[in-house]
Amino acid sequence: MEITSPSFGQRIIQGRWIGKIALVLVSLLTIWWVGNKAAQSPSLFYQQIVNGLQLGFVYALIALGYTMVYGIVKLINFAHGDVFMVGAFVSYYAVSKFSLHVWPSTIFPNISPIISVVLGTITVAILSMVICALLAIVIERIAYKPLRNAPRISALITAIGVSFFLEYFGALDFVFTPNFITYKRPFQISIWYLKDGFHKLESGTAAPDGSIIFSNILIIIILASLLLVLGLNFIVMRTKIGKAMRASSYDKPTARLMGINVDGVISITFAIGAALAGAAGILYATAYPQVFFWMGITPGLKAFIAAVLGGIGSIPGAFVGALIMGQAEVLSAGYISTPMRDAIAFAILILVLLVKPTGLYGEPEREKA
Amino acid sequence: MLLEVKDLNVYYGAIHALQGINFHLNEGEVVTLIGANGAGKSTTLNTISGLLRARSGNIVYKDKDISLTPAEEIVRMGISQSPEGRKIFATLTVMENLEMGGYLKTKEEINSGLMRVFRSFPRLKERQNQLGGTLSGGEQQMLAMGRALMSQPSVLLLDEPSMGLSPILVEEIFNIIQEINSQGTSILLVEQNAQMALSVAHRGYVIETGSITLEGKSSDLLHNPDVIKSYLGGH
Repeated sequence: MEITSPSFGQRIIQGRWIGKIALVLVSLLTIWWVGNKAAQSPSLFYQQIVNGLQLGFVYALIALGYTMVYGIVKLINFAHGDVFMVGAFVSYYAVSKFSLHVWPSTIFPNISPIISVVLGTITVAILSMVICALLAIVIERIAYKPLRNAPRISALITAIGVSFFLEYFGALDFVFTPNFITYKRPFQISIWYLKDGFHKLESGTAAPDGSIIFSNILIIIILASLLLVLGLNFIVMRTKIGKAMRASSYDKPTARLMGINVDGVISITFAIGAALAGAAGILYATAYPQVFFWMGITPGLKAFIAAVLGGIGSIPGAFVGALIMGQAEVLSAGYISTPMRDAIAFAILILVLLVKPTGLYGEPEREKA
Repeated sequence: MLLEVKDLNVYYGAIHALQGINFHLNEGEVVTLIGANGAGKSTTLNTISGLLRARSGNIVYKDKDISLTPAEEIVRMGISQSPEGRKIFATLTVMENLEMGGYLKTKEEINSGLMRVFRSFPRLKERQNQLGGTLSGGEQQMLAMGRALMSQPSVLLLDEPSMGLSPILVEEIFNIIQEINSQGTSILLVEQNAQMALSVAHRGYVIETGSITLEGKSSDLLHNPDVIKSYLGGH
């Protein structure tokens, strides 16, 4: 509970008014301007929306980890983006070095190649998710658990330290190396375009003007993300451990009085969040096929903004926030300029914090007796 | 003796909150700790439950020292608490709150526990799909007690069940406390409402600034001039 003098409170209220007016003006301008562009070239606009969905669903998977961990330990886990990077690298090694994505046809040569790739890719995904989950459990035990009762700023600084550690440890020559590495997709990409019905785009040809292009990667990202989000929702709302997570996030001492092992619940929360980040790592690397030790920073920050935008601690908020971030990013990259997209992402964060500091779905901090 | 507290010393930083207190609870008894705000009643219960650690002294339950046992394990051994201020999980439904009370139990045990709780508190059954935070104070108290009963404890620790409730509700809650006790659960009851507490308890202890100053049978304490003067509003 911070102590604020009335004049400071007054300033905050005035600041929010400025923010609200700015937000309305900016929104109107944006709608008018995007609408204008959309009217000029509807197909380009739809193309951006499709690209934004692809990005937004990946951000959603990362943002869920931020929001879940914040919900239970009130820690912004800045190492989360780097766990995402580790997930991408695990799948890179599994595919490029060990050909794990085709293991079924290596063992059973008669199996159909499609089934082999599907099973193999799922295996790679599960491997990445499990390794990320284990990594997060280790990070939590070593770095965060000793600080459970320390001031929140200590844990936050530690999270930044863990983030740097993962990045620069990954940059060592015998780990991931400091190089940009081309990522080999576990499956072939196929592209379709939509103009007077669906057509497959043959490689080496260009899609006709005014068509909307999409790939099997988009479909896989959307399906996988929805599946994982629905799975997460089921775990949190219906299972015993999910209810224990919600109880612990609400009131830890009382949760312990129920016989809930709160430390265990916290570990599981970190593990689930990290598994989602691992899945996001594969999907992201498949869509933008390059892996390097810093690749977690930008998507991690974007997903963090998405979680704050949606109201940190709220699972539906993180999902909606991520979809908004995805659209904002591709629309600004498509219509303004690519370097501006990051500035616009942070501008959205600032505007939201000025107008509704708790985010879209956030609740004001509870008073606890 | 089911539960025995011996020379318990608990500190909050530099504050000596419990100064070597001794008391015990026999099988089948209701024992009350009465005392003013800040006397150390809740501290005592939270130390028994394992949320706080004693600096010295012992808590012996069924001939085992539990003063270093983790809170989860203490619940598993059969001591559960309905905490001060009820501490309902406001964002969970009534049913989910009760399920959390039976967290360490199997599905069948939870179902039989639910039947028992709904028999004692029929109102909770009507409201089972409502969020805990939407209940009235009295209903929340019932939920807190029902939740503590879900682990089928041998010892139930009740922290100020009458707090903030109307006299009629207090009466109802204390009837239920007697009913729970008659079904075989031993109860350690912490109260500021000494009149009500002593009317249901077999024995009582008076706790003042971290020390036990008086103990005895409830009927004796009800007639003790010091108790009447300090806790029963007498002159």
